[in-house]
Amino acid sequence: MDLILEGIRKAFYLIFTLDREVLGITLLSLRVSGTATLISLFIGITTGTIVALTRFPGRQLVVSIINTGMGLPPVVVGLFVTIFLWRNGPLGFLEILYTPTAIILAQAVIATPIVTGITLASIQNLPANLRLQILALGATRVQMIWLLVKEARLPLLAAVMAGFGGIISEVGASIMVGGNIKGYSRVLTTATVMETGRGNFDIAIALSIILMLLAFFVNAILTQIQQRERPR
Amino acid sequence: MNSETKAESTLQADGLVNGGDGSGRTLDLAAGIALSSESRQDILLQAEDLLVRRGGVTVLDISALDVFSGQVLALIGPNGAGKSTLLLTLAGLLKPARGNLLLRGERIGNGGFDYRRHIAMVFQEPLLFDTTVFENVAAGLKIRGVGRAEIGLTVPEYLERFGIAHLAKRSARKLSGGEAQRTSLARAFVTKPEIVFLDEPFSSLDPPTREALTNDLERILRETHTTAVASTHDQAEALRLGDRLAVVNGGRIVQIGPAAEVMNRPADEFVASFVGVETVLPGRVVRISDGSFTASVERCEIEAVGHVRMGDEVFCCIRPEHVTLSTNASPPGTSARNVFPGTIRTITPLGLFQRVRVDCGFDLVAYVTRQSLEELSLTEGKSVTASFKATAVHVIRRRE
Repeated sequence: MDLILEGIRKAFYLIFTLDREVLGITLLSLRVSGTATLISLFIGITTGTIVALTRFPGRQLVVSIINTGMGLPPVVVGLFVTIFLWRNGPLGFLEILYTPTAIILAQAVIATPIVTGITLASIQNLPANLRLQILALGATRVQMIWLLVKEARLPLLAAVMAGFGGIISEVGASIMVGGNIKGYSRVLTTATVMETGRGNFDIAIALSIILMLLAFFVNAILTQIQQRERPR
Repeated sequence: MNSETKAESTLQADGLVNGGDGSGRTLDLAAGIALSSESRQDILLQAEDLLVRRGGVTVLDISALDVFSGQVLALIGPNGAGKSTLLLTLAGLLKPARGNLLLRGERIGNGGFDYRRHIAMVFQEPLLFDTTVFENVAAGLKIRGVGRAEIGLTVPEYLERFGIAHLAKRSARKLSGGEAQRTSLARAFVTKPEIVFLDEPFSSLDPPTREALTNDLERILRETHTTAVASTHDQAEALRLGDRLAVVNGGRIVQIGPAAEVMNRPADEFVASFVGVETVLPGRVVRISDGSFTASVERCEIEAVGHVRMGDEVFCCIRPEHVTLSTNASPPGTSARNVFPGTIRTITPLGLFQRVRVDCGFDLVAYVTRQSLEELSLTEGKSVTASFKATAVHVIRRRE
């Protein structure tokens, strides 16, 4: 019992004194996962909107693939990103394996299907006639798509949160492609794994508390969004 | 070419428009007046040879349709008749497999937003954006690139018109059904469209809200002289809003013409069963006395009950089962205020009863049982007295 209480006490000390190492890891985590989320939003919202608004042969298959991708196991992504970035791999020339950039790449691969799937669903959930109503207001195709995406902005915020929440707490891919190099590619989750292995529970608990706080904020915002009503 | 429009002559060529007596003539007095007033109208929108297919099935097949400038064309028909499809096609929102649309005689290219900036459409659902009422009403103007300053001037005027000025800052998420549909209407009218398409705009509202909104729409259509095509499955609503009626069934227009003509002279069984069960007489209020009023209808006067003002244009609707026929000159012991001598024009068997059309200076349809028919020995050409109560007249006020 002492172990836990002492751990928590020390953890709060580390957090409130803005311990350099804890702060560095936290900021790197936010930067890496934030960048990966931005990339996934760009690709995911575009793809999701296109798939939602068009009809083409094999569309059903594409939707199935996207939905499967939403549950992509991070370690599988880690494996394939590692292979691609390996020295003689197809993207080996980039020489980014075991860098934060590699983590960003892997996390973007994990988050993109999540963002795409949620975008697809939220655009499709808009009233069927809304598209026609916008066109009847005199909109061009581009204006119509922009207004639809704007209308789906609340569920799209959910996509942001789900994507970010999914990758900030992900450990498998980060450790595989980032290498958990101290002060360079060490993020909250990989650091927690390592510190726990070493028996440094105070730092591990401090990192976990930060992770849980982040998870709490993400979920609090998501819940807010889900409780709102659509206009008539 | 006489005073008939192209669409109507096409329909006549198909044998679809004919008098209720089956003679094929439509030129009785009421229709004659209506047609001559129609001929003065300019055609705003014309549809030629429209064909819409969905999943290999033809859902709309319209040989010709004219929408007159400044008039309201009411589309009436059962659910699934193709009213919405026709409206979407006319609005340029649904690409027909074949056919042309002409605005003031000029062909409309496919899919462009040019035409869509001349029109507006209101759906059954308000389909508002997730923002304030003001921003919703401003949406069409913003899409057209109208500046902030002008939006600030125009939008409040239309908020006022539709009675939602006090809701300007309210979120569209917090509106009642009626308020939401008012916002949707204001959003459509604020762009000053040349033609407005309304797809059963009030059918999901409760009766009092619906009544209030119909009144306002009627007033605004009149004030702004906007041309409109409105679909409804309610014949009273069609009569109130529509200058002309088009009956749609199975993706086709089965009859089109001035409202009273379609009501009184159904082209076929279907139209008769759908709209033509009443005698509908256009008239004008000439006297008002203590709850009841007198309307002059052609050369006769009809007494009826209702809230009207002097000089109002009204439709007097009389259901055939409320009309009593008698062979006495003045039927004794009746409270009927409306008694008209006339001659029987036609007798048509209609299942359990006989449909008797009496010429009393205007045409009046009565239902009588086979037994009464025999007891009174009614035959075509015989003189009878037709009577009905003032309370049996269903009064619909017309747009001016």
